[in-house]
Amino acid sequence: MAKLAKSPWLLHYDASSCNGCDIEVLDCTTPRFDIERFGIINTGDPFQADILLVTGGVNAQSEAVVKQIYSQMPNPKVVVAVGICACTGGVFKECYNIKGGVDTVIPVDVYVPGCAARPQAIIDGVVKALEILDKKRRDYAQARKSGQADEAEGGNEPWNT
Amino acid sequence: MQAVSVILYLILAPFAGALLDGVSRIVSARMQGRKGPPLLQPFYDLLKLFQKQMIAVNSVQMLLNLSYLVFLAIAGSMLFAGADILMCLFILSTADMFLIMAASSDSSPFSSLGASREMMQIMAYEPLTLLLSVGFYLTTGSFHVGDIISRPVSAIVFMPGFLIGFFVITAIKLRKSPFDLSTSHHAHQELVKGLTTEMAGPTFGIMNVAEYYEMILMLGIVALFFLNENWWSWPLAIVMCLLVFFLEILWDNVSARVKWRTMLDSCWIVTLLSAGLNGLILMLIQ
Amino acid sequence: MNLIPVLIAWPLLAAIVVPCIRDKRARGVAVYVGAGGVMTLALGLLAVWLAGGKRDVLLYPETEILDTAMLVGEVLLMGLIVFLCVRHKKYPVILLSVGQTALLLWAELTRPDFTLVDFAAQIFGPLVDMNTELMQPHMRVDCLAMLMVIIVAVVGGLICIYAVGYMKAYHHHHADVQDRSGFFFSMLFLFLAAMLGLVLSESLTWMYFFWEITSVISFLLIGYTRTEEAVRNSFRALWINLLGGCGFAVAIAVASRTVGTTQLSDLVNLSVWLTQNQPALAAVTVVPIAMLAFAGLTKSAQLPFSSWLLGAMVAPTPSSALLHSATMVKAGVYLLIRLAPALAGTMTGNMVAFIGGFTFIAASMMAIAQNDGKKVLAFSTISNLGLIVACAGIGDEETIWAAVLLMIFHSVSKSMLFQAVGSVENSLGSRDIESMHGLLLRLPKLTYIMGIGIAGMYLAPFGMLISKWVALKSFIDADNYLLVIFLAFGSATTMFYWTKWLSKLVSLHHTKEEVHDVTRRDQYVSMSIHAAATLLLCLLFPLVSQGVVDPIITQLFGESYQVLSMGVLTTMAVMLVSVLFVPTLMFLLTRSAHQNYVPIYMGGVNEGDNTYFVNSFGEPEHLYLSNWYLRFEFGMRRLMRPAVYISAGVLVVMLCLIVGGAL
Repeated sequence: MAKLAKSPWLLHYDASSCNGCDIEVLDCTTPRFDIERFGIINTGDPFQADILLVTGGVNAQSEAVVKQIYSQMPNPKVVVAVGICACTGGVFKECYNIKGGVDTVIPVDVYVPGCAARPQAIIDGVVKALEILDKKRRDYAQARKSGQADEAEGGNEPWNT
Repeated sequence: MQAVSVILYLILAPFAGALLDGVSRIVSARMQGRKGPPLLQPFYDLLKLFQKQMIAVNSVQMLLNLSYLVFLAIAGSMLFAGADILMCLFILSTADMFLIMAASSDSSPFSSLGASREMMQIMAYEPLTLLLSVGFYLTTGSFHVGDIISRPVSAIVFMPGFLIGFFVITAIKLRKSPFDLSTSHHAHQELVKGLTTEMAGPTFGIMNVAEYYEMILMLGIVALFFLNENWWSWPLAIVMCLLVFFLEILWDNVSARVKWRTMLDSCWIVTLLSAGLNGLILMLIQ
Repeated sequence: MNLIPVLIAWPLLAAIVVPCIRDKRARGVAVYVGAGGVMTLALGLLAVWLAGGKRDVLLYPETEILDTAMLVGEVLLMGLIVFLCVRHKKYPVILLSVGQTALLLWAELTRPDFTLVDFAAQIFGPLVDMNTELMQPHMRVDCLAMLMVIIVAVVGGLICIYAVGYMKAYHHHHADVQDRSGFFFSMLFLFLAAMLGLVLSESLTWMYFFWEITSVISFLLIGYTRTEEAVRNSFRALWINLLGGCGFAVAIAVASRTVGTTQLSDLVNLSVWLTQNQPALAAVTVVPIAMLAFAGLTKSAQLPFSSWLLGAMVAPTPSSALLHSATMVKAGVYLLIRLAPALAGTMTGNMVAFIGGFTFIAASMMAIAQNDGKKVLAFSTISNLGLIVACAGIGDEETIWAAVLLMIFHSVSKSMLFQAVGSVENSLGSRDIESMHGLLLRLPKLTYIMGIGIAGMYLAPFGMLISKWVALKSFIDADNYLLVIFLAFGSATTMFYWTKWLSKLVSLHHTKEEVHDVTRRDQYVSMSIHAAATLLLCLLFPLVSQGVVDPIITQLFGESYQVLSMGVLTTMAVMLVSVLFVPTLMFLLTRSAHQNYVPIYMGGVNEGDNTYFVNSFGEPEHLYLSNWYLRFEFGMRRLMRPAVYISAGVLVVMLCLIVGGAL
């Protein structure tokens, strides 16, 4: 764990989930699983979050919201798709209103399968995400040194388009 | 001596504050039956925040946040330099003004509401802070911290009521339940992150460092109640500060957040009953 | 000292000439000349007085003709009031006016040949060397009077200059109001003349004459628009001020008969001397002093008499600025400060201090519930005056030090705030604080001025706060714990209503509404001078304290008193550095930092920009952010009535006790 990011703060967004995965995400914060052990805080605020946890497939209504929230997170940041719907669209994939998994809208770093995803799996996914976050952080620090930080990370999408 | 104490405060306060914050998070977790984060977690958090990208919603927020930090540091330095306590408290409220303006400048629903609630919190605690300095003046005949701590008897003997009142408002200043209305250390509050909602990365880091300065300042005022000319009052004061801090954590964990009305009413009533009566008695026995 | 008649006559002349000029441009120039003249003359008087060694100058011992002229003037004023009352069918007011004028005429015309010398003879028995003629000056120039002259002339003069530009825009916006600007300017100048006369008067009868003129002019100014509301409010202002005038007349009548003097300083000195040396006889001065204090309370709009000042808001802004900052209400506190040595430690003093302290907290609470900018300013005026009045009521060196400083800072800041709000109203078409959201982006210059004014009213290290601090200390030293509590809670509520206004201004909210700044150059000139004065007063605070306030304390109490220690002054310097240099430095620092701008957080549903979001119907909804007003808790409807009952009860009971105890 030495190299891993030690202070990842979560933002949990429910794109169109049936609430099954959401309850499991909340379960992670209970004394039984206690994700604060890893320094993880479930913050509700994209401005302060490092990891975006999305549950449920993206639909027409939530698409813009996911994009906007993602754009409001400062670099470096990672996205974890929790549950099969968030990964691929799941059983709702063919629905008229579902676009598919989260990766149809924003880049996803870790996929956590399951219906609903178990807390252990979610924590495992987040810890995986930490490795990626750490790598991104190093890349970002390097890019910042060379003075092109925000271009290197793709920067923020123009939010008003 | 003064200069040394101020420099020590300026350098050590963020570290001491972060350490205490780490302790408080572990203690809170244990109270809830959890293991909790590592002791040095607040340092990791700060380090991370300062490494993140600078995003902002406007150009002045960073400036106002920095002013908040500087004014808090000045207020704390005044206390630790042994200067005038009333002046120190006035600067403290000026510092808060900058935080409120930083939050209002976003013109966003959550931070504006948070800013309004912060104003309400100031209104709730300010009478007590003013009366507190009056209490010290009545007890020791001086507003100067240097004089207050060099008396033969600790101030607490004469002003126990003020300490009770101060305990209540310290909950506001440390952003602990039941008075963490404007922003909270806990996730899932009704205002997202309240007045810090639009603060990201380094900006939020600055805000956190400022809060650590404030925490040490508040505990310094608690210490004022116990310090006297004897050497043993110093360890006593430190123990009492830690006790007060522990009680704040306990209170944080056993109470729910209240509505602003309850906060205002209870704080003002407590101020009147504790500080008001205590001060009146002090004035009469003089 | 020959400048004094010129100083008073000059605005009088302007008051006559200005309305005769029909051409607007020429009239504007005439107003500039008039106002500039007043300021120059006042500064000239200051220079002459300083060159003369800052002495206490007593003037005009023999003024029979003028005295008679003033009596005639008072009768004419009464006639005017009676005429207006009959025209508007407000008959009860006539009683007040006729009653007090009759009382005064009777007191003056049938004045017995009984002087202070005779009174002294009653105490000591006939003394050989006291047979000399007693000097009865009618005017006095000392430090306090000089300070007031400067405040009235400079702040008042600037308000007149501001009014030129303002009235043009005002009548452009209010086409329904008949344009009587000539009359308006005339009244402003007349007001200045009366006020200058008032602060320079030593004789109570002269002071009473000027006092009545200010009452009547404020009545005419408030009724400027001639709407039903304006007429109602103007009559309220009239009867309340006439009530105070009645107190004044009683004081004169009683004083001339019991102690044989109608000289203000004689009365005060006698009272102080008697309390110290002959407590058994002290009762003779109690009634006139209490009555004068009562008059001071009505004029300075303390509870329960505050309603007239709140109603005065219907008038165009320059008149509000004049009533609130430099003149009218300051006449009340000026009188109370003059009386302060005689109030110290007496029952009258306790009454004044209680009313002041109570007004401070009650008005600052009610200010929270107001969203009309001018209403907030009005309550803040009442509240700050309450603090000054409380300081005067305690009446020792420290409190008067605080009171004088509060008066200086309040005059400048409040005048500036009124002008800024007036200009914003002309540009935005509203003076609602809610509509000032994001004003920093829309009217930046006016917002900076307003911000300086607000900061000057309550933030460290501006003078108001320092004075408040000294007031707190002196309340403790005076063993008045009730006032300490009032001050502690009142400061908290004061902080609340200013902060929420300030935070409204700094919200960086981009709207597409075009706002055109219609503020004219003369208005900016006036406001910039005020802003510079506020900052300078803050910077030069120690000098103001030493050079202006300490001599006043010395003259009032006979000894100077070191209120601020040097350590505090060093602290001030540190704070000033932090206020001016730290933000500037950080501004430069943060400007160089690279920041990426993102939309504000609205749950991810911003509609394109920060001003709209998608509502639950999928439609764009305008974001509207409102301040807290807590109308249920702090509204006027809830607090005004109890506050008036409590203060009126205390006032009546204590006045009865005071007068009863004296008889």
